[in-house]
Amino acid sequence: MSEYLIRGANILGGGAGDIAIRDGRIVDPELLTAGGGAEVIDAEGLIALPGLVDMHTHLREPGKEDAETVLTGSQSAAAGGFTCVHAMANTAPVADTAGVVEQVHRLGREAGYTEVVPIGAVTIGLEGKQLAELGAMARSAARVRVFSDDGICVWDPLLMRRALEYVKTFDGVIAQHAQEPRLTEGAQMNEGVVSAELGLPGWPAVAEESIIARDVLLAEHVGSRLHICHVSTAGSVDIVRWAKSRGVQVTAEVTPHHLMLTDELVRTFDPVYKVNPPLRTDADVQALREALADGTIDVIGTDHAPHTAEHKCSEWTAAAMGMVGMETALPIVVEAMADHDFDHGDLARVMSQTPARITGASGHGSLEIGASANIVLIDPNAPHRIVPGEHATKGRNNPFAGLEVSTRITDTFFYGHRVLADGRLTTPHPAGASWTDQ
Amino acid sequence: MKHLLDTASLSRAEAISLLDIAEEMALVSAREVKKLPVLRGRTVVNLFFEDSTRTRLSFEAAAKRLSADVLNFSAKGSSVSKGESLQDTVQTISAMGADALVVRHSGSGTPHRLAHTGWIDVPVINAGDGTHEHPTQALLDAFTLRRALGGFPASGAVKDGPRGQGLDGAKVAIVGDILHSRVARSNVHLLARLGAEVHLIAPPTLLPWGVETWPVTLHYDFDEALHQVDFAALMMLRVQHERMHESFFPNEREYSRLWGLSAARLARLPRETFIMHPGPMNRGFEISAAAADSDRTLILDQVENGVSVRMAVLYRLLTGQEDHNE
Repeated sequence: MSEYLIRGANILGGGAGDIAIRDGRIVDPELLTAGGGAEVIDAEGLIALPGLVDMHTHLREPGKEDAETVLTGSQSAAAGGFTCVHAMANTAPVADTAGVVEQVHRLGREAGYTEVVPIGAVTIGLEGKQLAELGAMARSAARVRVFSDDGICVWDPLLMRRALEYVKTFDGVIAQHAQEPRLTEGAQMNEGVVSAELGLPGWPAVAEESIIARDVLLAEHVGSRLHICHVSTAGSVDIVRWAKSRGVQVTAEVTPHHLMLTDELVRTFDPVYKVNPPLRTDADVQALREALADGTIDVIGTDHAPHTAEHKCSEWTAAAMGMVGMETALPIVVEAMADHDFDHGDLARVMSQTPARITGASGHGSLEIGASANIVLIDPNAPHRIVPGEHATKGRNNPFAGLEVSTRITDTFFYGHRVLADGRLTTPHPAGASWTDQ
Repeated sequence: MKHLLDTASLSRAEAISLLDIAEEMALVSAREVKKLPVLRGRTVVNLFFEDSTRTRLSFEAAAKRLSADVLNFSAKGSSVSKGESLQDTVQTISAMGADALVVRHSGSGTPHRLAHTGWIDVPVINAGDGTHEHPTQALLDAFTLRRALGGFPASGAVKDGPRGQGLDGAKVAIVGDILHSRVARSNVHLLARLGAEVHLIAPPTLLPWGVETWPVTLHYDFDEALHQVDFAALMMLRVQHERMHESFFPNEREYSRLWGLSAARLARLPRETFIMHPGPMNRGFEISAAAADSDRTLILDQVENGVSVRMAVLYRLLTGQEDHNE
């Protein structure tokens, strides 16, 4: 395998240094093969971060390969600087058995652009009635640790309690999609001043907050780990902050779009802005940014949700919910947090180290010598406009089209292989299905 | 003005101009030959994804009085029911040579979307979208009110009608299911812009969250509101019977008792208060027969004026003619 010497990168924004890669690991530059076998990358002006980890993506395979495949999703991840992505369980068939999660895991290895870790369903068929075989998925080759019915809330409080307790067996975590179903029947957008005027059925903040409140109390009661997907309201932030102050093992996630966009955009009736949970108000956006800066919100999750044109280029009420986001996540978070005390170390914390820790993705989150060489280089001074048509994902439903951002992802090293070079995808990892075994 | 999608973005001058054109159109409707040749050779397509015979007929009559050809499309039994997309449907119809689309759809925002996607390049008129807006209904209500409050015949041809006027200072109450009503939303915007003082009277369950930000005065108690304010007009809204199964109110009897325009409430109204309803009415539920048939209802005038107002909208959008007042 190739050796690399990344020269002069600003490491985690903390000062310039060199990073050497050999045999898929970060090594002391002294250990590179004598005689200059290593490819030297001039990284002056670039910032090196540990490869990004996304706790929340939808890769659509199996079942909706016209919207995305594990391969195109993996390429999108590499282009966005992600060396590890967690694929949500709402595929067809649902990832609720060892067989399906192993299939997704295998497809990820064959693709070879990022580490694809399946998320297992909490309940059979996402139906919220009976626990799926969580143990079998945990013990499968996919080694599932995160379980979620994402897209659907685990509403039944008793079932949620049992799931939280059961995954302690293998240090698992339940990732809850917090949405009280009765309060959100037919919901089309955030319930607020804008929905009142547009006459679109509302999705009230309380539908999210009431489930989070219940679940942090349940997690406290049974002493389990709980992760809250895509927190979207100021009230949710308050509840998570309160729970953390009590020592509840809760972690929270926010999407780039909820840090940036508001329900005012729904006035266009353009379904590119239709997403679940919905875009909220400016007060919510400000609270989410604050919470990300102060650590109340632990991680960025993209909730990358590709849809085909026919599911988005329709009237608002018929359109599917969701936005793509892996390729624009980091630049958008940088823009969203520009007014906060939030440096590149914080960026690494919320987009790499903490999600790696929560999910047990041991090969990610570190630039220390000896760590797996999962690294992303970014150029913080590369203003450019977002053009969804140029992205690797099949999804064109990116709400940031045309927005100018300052940061560009230039290089991604995936277990020592340069899958993204100067902003262009290269080749999959040459070790085929066995990169992590090195 | 390229489209008529809502009243929220209609200026006072534009609204008054449309009402004034409608006055001219009312003169036409009184002539022996109720036709103007202005849209001869143009085709207006009524694209109705949701049933509404009354509104469709009104638009059809309006287009025909302007000598336009009319094509009627209803989603039932069409390819839409076989899963055809909105884009394919409108592009197919547009390819047949539509010069304007009149769109009724159950989803809020659909006419707006048709006007802005670039799928078609003809004027779009919103004939009611979900619970969003129904701008021609609000215009015909304003037209009717302007006539009635100005002391003119509420419908029919009036030579020197109330041209150039708004509804300044008129106290108008909209009563009933505001939450699910596109008529209410369009009326709130338009009446306020024309200078009326708008009151909403409804149970809290049938008011949208955030209604306090609207330019209105809110009342939960109908009798108290009638006691406090001498309304120039009450606009009663249709209430769907199904709402009681969704717990918006306990049952029809209680709704009717608290928010219906009963004979007793009718008797307590000032002599000059007009009664309006966009139809179709649920007699005995939101409006009593006594109120519906009283001599101060404008309900049939509203229907008649609907044709004049829709003629004005079609004329304006298809000929690009502006009123002199602007």
